[in-house]
Amino acid sequence: MTRHLIDRFLQSAIVLAVMSFAVYGLMGLMPGDPIDLMLSADPKMTAADAERLRGLYGLDKPLLERYGNWLAAALSGDFGFSRLHAKPVFDVLLPALGNTVLLLGASFILSLVIALPAGIYAASRPYSKSDYAINFLAFAGISTPPFWLALLLIIVFAVEWGILPAGGMGIGDESQVPYLVLPVLSLAIASIGGQTRYMRAAMIETMRQDYIRTARAKGLKESRVILAHGLRNALIPVVTIIALDFGMLFSGALITETIFAYPGMGRLIYDAVMGNDFNLALVALLLATALTLLGNILADIAYVRLDPRISYKGGKKN
Amino acid sequence: MNPTPLSLTFARFKRHRLALAGSFILALLFISSLAAPIVELALGTSVDSIDLLNRFSPPSLSHPMGTDELGRDTLVRLLYGGRVSLLVGLAAALSSAALGAIIGLLAGYYGGWLDKFLMRITDGVISLPLLPLLIVLAAVDPEKIGFGSGAGDDLTRIIVIVALFGWTTVARLVRGTAMSLKQRTFVITAHALGASPFRIMTRHILPNLASPIIVATTLTAGNVILLESVLSFLGLGIQPPLPSWGNLLTNAQELIWSSPALAFYPGALIFITVIAFNFLGDGLQDAMDPRSQRRN
Repeated sequence: MTRHLIDRFLQSAIVLAVMSFAVYGLMGLMPGDPIDLMLSADPKMTAADAERLRGLYGLDKPLLERYGNWLAAALSGDFGFSRLHAKPVFDVLLPALGNTVLLLGASFILSLVIALPAGIYAASRPYSKSDYAINFLAFAGISTPPFWLALLLIIVFAVEWGILPAGGMGIGDESQVPYLVLPVLSLAIASIGGQTRYMRAAMIETMRQDYIRTARAKGLKESRVILAHGLRNALIPVVTIIALDFGMLFSGALITETIFAYPGMGRLIYDAVMGNDFNLALVALLLATALTLLGNILADIAYVRLDPRISYKGGKKN
Repeated sequence: MNPTPLSLTFARFKRHRLALAGSFILALLFISSLAAPIVELALGTSVDSIDLLNRFSPPSLSHPMGTDELGRDTLVRLLYGGRVSLLVGLAAALSSAALGAIIGLLAGYYGGWLDKFLMRITDGVISLPLLPLLIVLAAVDPEKIGFGSGAGDDLTRIIVIVALFGWTTVARLVRGTAMSLKQRTFVITAHALGASPFRIMTRHILPNLASPIIVATTLTAGNVILLESVLSFLGLGIQPPLPSWGNLLTNAQELIWSSPALAFYPGALIFITVIAFNFLGDGLQDAMDPRSQRRN
């Protein structure tokens, strides 16, 4: 297990390193480099000034050397300044990360509370009317464009009824709850469909096993057969798949936060990319990637912990 | 006459009512987007003819779904948007599938270090936060990497970007099946007869992979249409004035207080298209897998 974990961490570190280089390179290909921006902001700047500044910031050096310099600084804890916010990158990132964790956490709990029971219920009556209905709703959830759903929620609750704010966050002592309702709701609805289908499929598969027949034959109550014998086993693959969806959560956060003007990581990345804030965009993206990779490793650990039949001792995965 | 495997598949597919409905809806959507120029002619308007005296006009005979903030006909713009969104969806799904099939075949057939290397890359791509990365890729100045910046280039750019990340599902599927097919007698026989690896992969292994690839491609098409709409909505996909369902919604977001109906149609069409693709994929999956008998 430890060996396997070390392996996974090394692998993730490699993915992260490749990502940082690729994104660093891509940033250079975006329209408007920092000196171009200065040139357009200050009409008195001459071409010679621009060249001098390029030299000063090291922008005239080859890509590999610039990346090396950035990496060396980053590894020593210096991630540079955010151009848009005029603050060190981490001072901008941390509050945004906190907001995103709040948003994702709340919607994650809400979606699981609805999806798991719905999946179990559907699986306990396969191919019945209620199973079809739940399946249909799950498909509808998967197929709904998340930003459209957010717009519809805004139209209904903010424009038509005027009972909830259309976006932003509470200022000062104002309660944050009303500002969170719509973003949390739209993020949760986006993931309920998939989670319900995973739960249903895993549960149906489990209920076909011999030990379920044994449990029924012993004369256990059906509710106990489903919950104690079925669910415990069905949860193993579900936990893994849901944890692997961690990466999707950031994608969802990006859309939701942009539409609701919610000050989290997703909107930060979007604004940084659009506003040529390279330092911020790069570090924010790497942080999002690192958290996703960490989520995958946690999924791996959970898988082993939940299922005593699996061990990585002395052997390879697969 | 004995039932052939194909007719059995078709019979199973027909029992899947939602999948039938899905294929019917998709056919309808394709035909109506193809008919966009005819609708345009019939209504005596064009996709970008501006009529500032008739902004936000309600549905009428000359504008069956009303007009937008520049007095352009909503129905015609939706139909042209459908052409773009469906084209991007299909093209990106097919190129993802092709890329995935090649990578999966190579990994599954050759095994060894090549397999390890390719699967590590696949795992890496799967574990990345997709949308933030797509935004970085989409924000790259096309001229700095030798792309043009016309409307056609926009389409190609989006298809390439989406395909770069969409191939992993098919690759894993193909690899798994190719690995087991490799051990089968007919492949070993072909090898013994001196068939080249290329011939074995394309003539003996690939045809046996047709059904999982078709299912995965159908499901991918739905996802890709969603992805394109998100990118276009965020202003990084198809650029106006060329309409796509995604960028029609960007416009609608700004007008949400004055004309909420404009935000409804494009999203509803994306929703219907994606759900139809998903039902179709689900039905095909059930139909092509003889083991998935429905027990009632």
